[in-house]
Parts: sequence; structure tokens; C-alpha cells
Amino acid sequence: MKIVVCVKYVPDATGDRHFADDLTVDRDDVDGLLSELDEYAVEQALQIADEADDAEITVVTVGPEDAKDALRKALSMGADKAVHVEDDDLHGTDAIGTSLVLAKAIEKAGYDLVISGMASTDGTMGVVPALVAERLGVPQVTLLSEVSVEDGVVTGRRDGDAASEQLQASLPAVVSVTDQSGEARYPSFKGIMAAKKKPVESWDLSDLGIEAEDVGLEGAWTAVDSAAARPARTAGTIVKDEGEGGKQLAEFLAGQKFI
Amino acid sequence: MAEVLVYVDHVDGAVRKPTLELLTLARRIGEPVAVALGAGAADTAAVLAEHGAARVLTHDAAEYADYLVVPKVDALQAAVAAVSPAAVLVPSSAEGKEIAARLALRTGSGIITDAVDLEASDEGPVATQSVFAASFTTRSRVSKGTPVITVKPNSAAVEAAPAAGSVEALEVTFSAQATGTKVTGRTPRESTGRPELTEAAIVVSGGRGVNGAENFALIEALADSLGAAVGASRAAVDAGWYPHTNQVGQTGKSVSPQLYIASGISGAIQHRAGMQTSKTIVAVNKDAEAPIFDLVDYGVVGDLLDVVPQLTDEITTRKG
Ligand SMILES: Cc1cc2nc3c(=O)[nH]c(=O)nc-3n(C[C@H](O)[C@H](O)[C@H](O)COP(=O)(O)OP(=O)(O)OC[C@H]3O[C@@H](n4cnc5c(N)ncnc54)[C@H](O)[C@@H]3O)c2cc1C
Ligand SMILES: Nc1ncnc2c1ncn2[C@@H]1O[C@H](COP(=O)(O)O)[C@@H](O)[C@H]1O
Repeated sequence: MKIVVCVKYVPDATGDRHFADDLTVDRDDVDGLLSELDEYAVEQALQIADEADDAEITVVTVGPEDAKDALRKALSMGADKAVHVEDDDLHGTDAIGTSLVLAKAIEKAGYDLVISGMASTDGTMGVVPALVAERLGVPQVTLLSEVSVEDGVVTGRRDGDAASEQLQASLPAVVSVTDQSGEARYPSFKGIMAAKKKPVESWDLSDLGIEAEDVGLEGAWTAVDSAAARPARTAGTIVKDEGEGGKQLAEFLAGQKFI
Repeated sequence: MAEVLVYVDHVDGAVRKPTLELLTLARRIGEPVAVALGAGAADTAAVLAEHGAARVLTHDAAEYADYLVVPKVDALQAAVAAVSPAAVLVPSSAEGKEIAARLALRTGSGIITDAVDLEASDEGPVATQSVFAASFTTRSRVSKGTPVITVKPNSAAVEAAPAAGSVEALEVTFSAQATGTKVTGRTPRESTGRPELTEAAIVVSGGRGVNGAENFALIEALADSLGAAVGASRAAVDAGWYPHTNQVGQTGKSVSPQLYIASGISGAIQHRAGMQTSKTIVAVNKDAEAPIFDLVDYGVVGDLLDVVPQLTDEITTRKG
């Protein structure tokens, strides 16, 4: 079984995230890492591979030079090999464009099962897995908090707003998993050493047969007109509880007409 | 006038509030045409008409309940072909975003997710979004095709705007992909009788500081005294004290109520991502240095086990 895991390299959420002059996410000036939510995808891939007789895990990222760090981390967790799609013309690609590049890369790599995270921690759209499924023309089995694969069938549980659903589809399929799917493992020392010897291929747009005009900022089907830092909240009143804290808070809420 | 498609989120004909908010926003761009699918679709028409839907396109088939996402995409695609709308608005639920994305790709259109406001312009609808854990506000447009935009709950007021709301049958042919992912079982979420977390005017949340499932009764009592929904931090959810459906934050629900009360929550960036746009923020935390205090309009440094019950009593007394 060939498993492809989609991982994104994102600016650290606890750092000072901001926009570049062209209103794309600044990826040069801020420390990046493998999106924490994609660690769950790598973890589930490893568990599914453990259960299968003969499985191979390829991790794929679409991103700048530094995105290799995300691949290394996934390899040190236990993935077998990696593909880095990198091309200057990809700068500013939107979700629709990213799904095109991922779909082509996944097809080139060969796949039975694609596993993604629930959302990237920078864009937080949560749409790329559905878009990749649409492009590949295979079932989407997404936002799973529990997943397993047996005899060419993927099953899982999707906890929605109104109900918790049990899902089932035949492979090939695109899966995405949530952060409820199970803690991701830490890379072991052995894993980190082994990762250094694992193959990382680099593909550009021409390797994938994609025209530059279909991706990047120019090819995006959306345009950001402005980005402004949210004004800092005006400093509030802070009181220390000396036995009347609850009553003081009630007084504030009454003053704001909440009571 | 141009027509705007609004995807109706409903449960057996009961329309959920975010859809009515979409009708308010749709009217800024054109004349709303609602699309309601599945069991009870036709029953949505009365309330949609009250809020501005000129037409309500309906279609019911077993596929909508039996298979994931794609049948709904097929139906919306048919509606786009039939109406040629100026834009398509979809509520920003997890499913709504997936439906919208696939629709956008099929119709050769750009997609914007999680808008918190929408206005008309010469270049089409302009969406306001709150990004990077609500630390930036962006304004974006769709530059190709029919704009597909998903909108977060609480982004607009629900307004009465009576319109015809004439029910029309939508012709839908399901694609080969429609039956790819089977829903083999469904356990409806039990109702707590409290307001929906994402729709509530007041949210009362508890975190690791609540220190045990049994103490969440204090958070619930405060919530009930205010008619509020109950939220929880991921730490409280991971500890098993409260269900994941109540988690507020990046990987939980994103809320934007009039009032947010955080008790025993430190205010990590991933939690802030889900509540930072609340109008008024109040916190109780025994650590004066907790980052949540950077956000508050009013904060009490103290033990929530003392402060919260006292607050609840005081509210109950004042309400008489
Ligand atoms: C990818 C990712 C996604 C995440 N998504 C989310 C998310 O959706 N939602 C979310 O909430 N978190 C999320 N997190 C986790 C987040 O980083 C924090 O770990 C979490 O929010 C901490 O929860 P907390 O504030 O309850 O706990 P803590 O940070 O441990 O804070 C507990 C607070 O309670 C106070 N306290 C303790 N006892 C008392 C008392 N008796 N009275 C008053 N105060 C007391 C303490 O002073 C402290 O400030 C995510 C993390 C990652 C990496
Ligand atoms: N540039 C990328 N490279 C690889 N995978 C990606 C990329 N962008 C998104 N993904 C995958 O798609 C998921 C959802 O992303 P998004 O729709 O951007 O929130 C992520 O968790 C990843 O698994």
C-alpha cells in the first residue's frame, strides 16, 4: 500500500506572524516548522502502515526551501521518503492552486491512500484535502478522529456539529485526521539519525507538467486587498479578589447590561 | 437585480441561525435565492422568506444523508448553473467549507473561507477575514469566476425582510463521485438545552484551572444563570472533563459572542484564535501574569472556586 502524507511548513504560531509587502504570508522572517496538525497525519500513516503487510509512506510538501525541515521531521518520525515541490513561481499560491500541485505530485508519486491534517495552522482553511479529492476523483474521508484501513477499505469516525458519523470508502481515497485522532509520537534519536539517509526528491512545476500561470500570486483566484494588524484591545480593569471578586464582576456585568 | 445563492444549513427543516445571518449579508449584494437540500428541505421556506429569500430551491434525496459532502456539491453546482448568481454564500462549518471548496473548483471560481463581514463593491463582494489567531484583519475578493464565500456565525444580525420565498424544485443529477464515501452510522449529538456554542450571545468557558470534571458544574451553573453556552479549553477537553464539541480555539469552535467569560484559562494563542473577536472579554485566573489578562475588559485575579460561585449567586440574586 502506497501512502502519501501531505505536510505543510508553516510560520510558528507562537512567533510574530505577519504579512510581506505583497500581502502574502511572510515565510522568510519568521521561524517555521512542520504544522503541528500535520503531525497527526504522519502519526496515523505510521499506525496504518504498521497494520499493513507492505506499506510505504511518502511525505509531500509544497513550499519554499526551508520547507525541507518539515519533511525531515516527518522522516524522523518514521516516514520512508519525501518529496519537496519547490519552484519560485509557486510564491503566493492559494488553496485552489496548492491542491493542483499536490494532486499532480501525489499522482506522480503513486498512491493508494492520501492522508492530510485537518487544517494548516497558518491558512486554517481546512479545504485542501477536499480539493485534492475532487481533483483526483477519489472519495474524501475527512476530519476523522478515528481511522483504520482494512482490505482496501478505509473507515473512520467524523465528529460533526450535529452528529458523529461513521464513514466508509474504498481505496484509493483522501483522508484527513483531526487532533483528536491520537497523540503524535516524538522522533527518537534513532529516527533522527535514520532520517538523514532517507531520500528527499525535489520536483519543480515542469516535473509536474504545471504551467506557471496556473499557480502563484498571478494565478490565484482570490486577491487580498489589505491586511491590518488588529488594534490592541484597550487595557481593561483588573482587580484582585479580596473576598468580593465575584460581586465586583457582577457589578461590571450589570453595568454592561449583561444582567 | 443579481441573485445570490445562499446554502441553507438546516436539521430536518429547522434552519440554523447562521443561515439567516447569511441572508442579511446576501441582501447587500443582490437578491437572495436559498438552496435547501435533504429531508425537510421544503419546510425551511417560511422562515427563509421572512428573512429575505426571494426563491427557495429545494431537492430531497437519500444521497444527502447517506453519503458525505459530494451530493451537496452536485446540487449546488446545479443551482449555480440554473441561477448564474453573483455569489454563493455558505455557512462556515467544517462541512460548509468542504462543500464550498469543491463547488469553487468545479465552477472555476475562487473561494474565501471564514469571512466575518461582507460588502458589495464594483469588483464584486469584499470579504473581511480575521487571520493569524485574529491578530490581523484582511479584506479580500474573488478575482475569478463566481465568488464562493463561507461566512462565520455571528457575522451579521438576523433581520426580518419579508420576501416571496417561492419554493421551486431543483433538478439534480448526481455525479459518479457522489456515492464514494458512505455514511454507515450516525449518532446525533445530545442536546444540553443550552444555546449553540457558535451562536450564543454569551459563552462561559473553563480551562485546566477548573481542576476536575465535577467542578465544571460551577461553570455550567454560571452559564445557566446568564443563559449562556459552555466552552472549554483544549487542556480541559484533553483531561476528559468536558466534551470536545465544546472546545473553543483553533481546533475547536471559533466563537464571537457579545460576552466571553474565561475561568482558569491561561490564554494560549490557539485558544485566543477561537475567542479573540468576542465583544466583551472577562477572565478569572489566580495568576496575575496569565496572558488572558491582556485581552480582558474586566479581570479578577483570584481562585475561580471562590469567584465563580459568588458571581453566580450574585447574578441569580440580581435577576430575582
Ligand atoms: C495545533 C494546536 C492546536 C490547539 N488548539 C487549541 C484549541 O482549539 N483550544 C485550546 O484551548 N487550546 C488549543 N491548543 C492548546 C493550547 O496551546 C494550550 O495548551 C491550552 O489552551 C491551555 O489550556 P488552559 O488555558 O486551560 O490550561 P493552562 O495553560 O494550563 O492554564 C490554566 C490556567 O488556569 C489558572 N488556574 C489554575 N487553577 C486556578 C484556580 N483555582 N482559579 C483560577 N485560575 C486557576 C492558571 O493560573 C493558568 O493560567 C492547541 C495547541 C496546538 C499546538
Ligand atoms: N503547501 C502544502 N504542502 C503540503 N500539504 C499541504 C499544503 N497546504 C495544505 N496542505 C495539507 O492540507 C491540509 C489542510 O490545509 P488547509 O486547507 O490549507 O487548511 C494540511 O493539514 C496539509 O495536510
